[in-house]
Amino acid sequence: MAGRDDMTATNADAAAGAGAASVPALEARGLEASWDGTPVVADVSLALEPGEVSCLVGRSGCGKTTLFHALAGLTRPTAGQVLLHGREVTGVPGSVSYMLQKDLLLPNRTILDNVCLPLLLSGMPKRAARDKAKPLLSRFGLEECADRWPSELSGGMRQRAALLRTYLMDNDVVLLDEPFSALDAITRGEVRSWFCGMAAELGLTALVITHDVDESVMMSDRIFVMRGNPQAHVPSMICGVVEVERTCSAAEAQDAGFDLTPQFISAKAAVKELLGS
Amino acid sequence: MAASGTQGPHAPQRAGRTPRAGGPSHVRRALVPTFTILGLIAIWQAVVDFGVIQRFLLPSPTDVLSALVGDWALIWEHAQTTLVESIAGLLIGVAIGFVLAVLMDRFEGFYLAMQPLITLSQTVPTVAIAPLLLIWFGYGLAPKIILIVVTTFFPVSVSLVAGFRSTDPDVIDLLRTMHATDLQIFWYAKLPAAADQFFSGLKISATYAIVGAVISEWLGGQSGLGVYMTRVRKSFAYDKMFASIVVVSALSMVLMGLVEVLERLCMPWKRAERKHQ
Repeated sequence: MAGRDDMTATNADAAAGAGAASVPALEARGLEASWDGTPVVADVSLALEPGEVSCLVGRSGCGKTTLFHALAGLTRPTAGQVLLHGREVTGVPGSVSYMLQKDLLLPNRTILDNVCLPLLLSGMPKRAARDKAKPLLSRFGLEECADRWPSELSGGMRQRAALLRTYLMDNDVVLLDEPFSALDAITRGEVRSWFCGMAAELGLTALVITHDVDESVMMSDRIFVMRGNPQAHVPSMICGVVEVERTCSAAEAQDAGFDLTPQFISAKAAVKELLGS
Repeated sequence: MAASGTQGPHAPQRAGRTPRAGGPSHVRRALVPTFTILGLIAIWQAVVDFGVIQRFLLPSPTDVLSALVGDWALIWEHAQTTLVESIAGLLIGVAIGFVLAVLMDRFEGFYLAMQPLITLSQTVPTVAIAPLLLIWFGYGLAPKIILIVVTTFFPVSVSLVAGFRSTDPDVIDLLRTMHATDLQIFWYAKLPAAADQFFSGLKISATYAIVGAVISEWLGGQSGLGVYMTRVRKSFAYDKMFASIVVVSALSMVLMGLVEVLERLCMPWKRAERKHQ
């Protein structure tokens, strides 16, 4: 509960400071994290601009998820800082929202009650939580599913529910770890376009972790490329940042055929070169 | 004409496979075991009626039935004692098993300390310990209930500990980022995750409860089906012995049925899951 109060204060600070200089929504400074005692990422610095969708791309096993845990405050980094709107939140879980490849919907709660979870956990009475979440269901295309069990929904619908739950965590920064990887190719494109539209509409700052280069170029303004081989004791680092020159919004990218434009191809080539493939 | 010719050889094969497609039908599932049991009873009846086995050694099913009806008032009186002991013992056993499981899940040290002791408690033969309990606690309900508690807490605590441990660590992380307290994590994630295994354990405990009660009554007491059994055994009234066995089996099955009803009430989402898998 204390964390929540801190949050609103932080947002207010950020709003006040926004006029003076642009403070990144989320910033990592010299972050170093290890997993099971082995250093996995070293000296990672990155900044997410408010309202932007960025991607973090790296090969499987390069430590994306370890970095993700450190950014989300689930593990304490061995060195460095995480700043949310300029305020230190290193090792504090709950300052940013997060979402995984697995939707992590609780099987014993209906979709509405799953979505309400962050509200219930913060102490809001059940009725008030439901009243707050219900109007949002239709915005997320879930109005028919309020009283269904998660097992009755398709993978795409479940991810939408997971995103609505993430949204109700009431943080303006969202970390997504391979959020669409469990979906089939067609659904993935749809959910991704829908997510980008939603993120723009809600003004979310998002960092999407993915190993799919095409996906990263399709959906983000900026791509952080991570490279290294922690298994061979070479900690991963951010080896470059690619700015994507967009010809249309990320939500329209799929329909507008952004993946056929020279801008897409040059960004993809730049990412691939940084990845060393 | 040509088409029917090519279909010819395949048609009978398909026809042979169709009825098995979705597993045995409901009717089949009910009829096969019913006829098996009726068949066995008929053989039993014939074996006794045709004098293959002497009637005083093995009473026929009709003898058992008439004994059950004739002595019903007395049997029911004893059955009530057994039922009271079983349910009291089961409730206390489940409560103790639950508390132990929660403590073992919460405190690693407690788990390490208790795990061997709990396993050891199940290796003690009940027939050996029951007479001691009678000496220590008298011939009333107490020693019986204690024996039932000792046998029923085990399946519950073991299945619950395994269930708590099966909680997805990613779900726990997610709840932590939503500022959940330990109690909330227990209530929202661990308890539902353990529900399945808890009910499997409870079903085993329920059967142990009736059998445990009968064993402890058999070894000493004033009333109960075990006491009734020792009395009819001494008077060589084997028809009444079989009648009481029928009642013991019936009580066990009713108790298991109640657990199953309880399981369905507590886990309404399971029905949807079965349908969608």
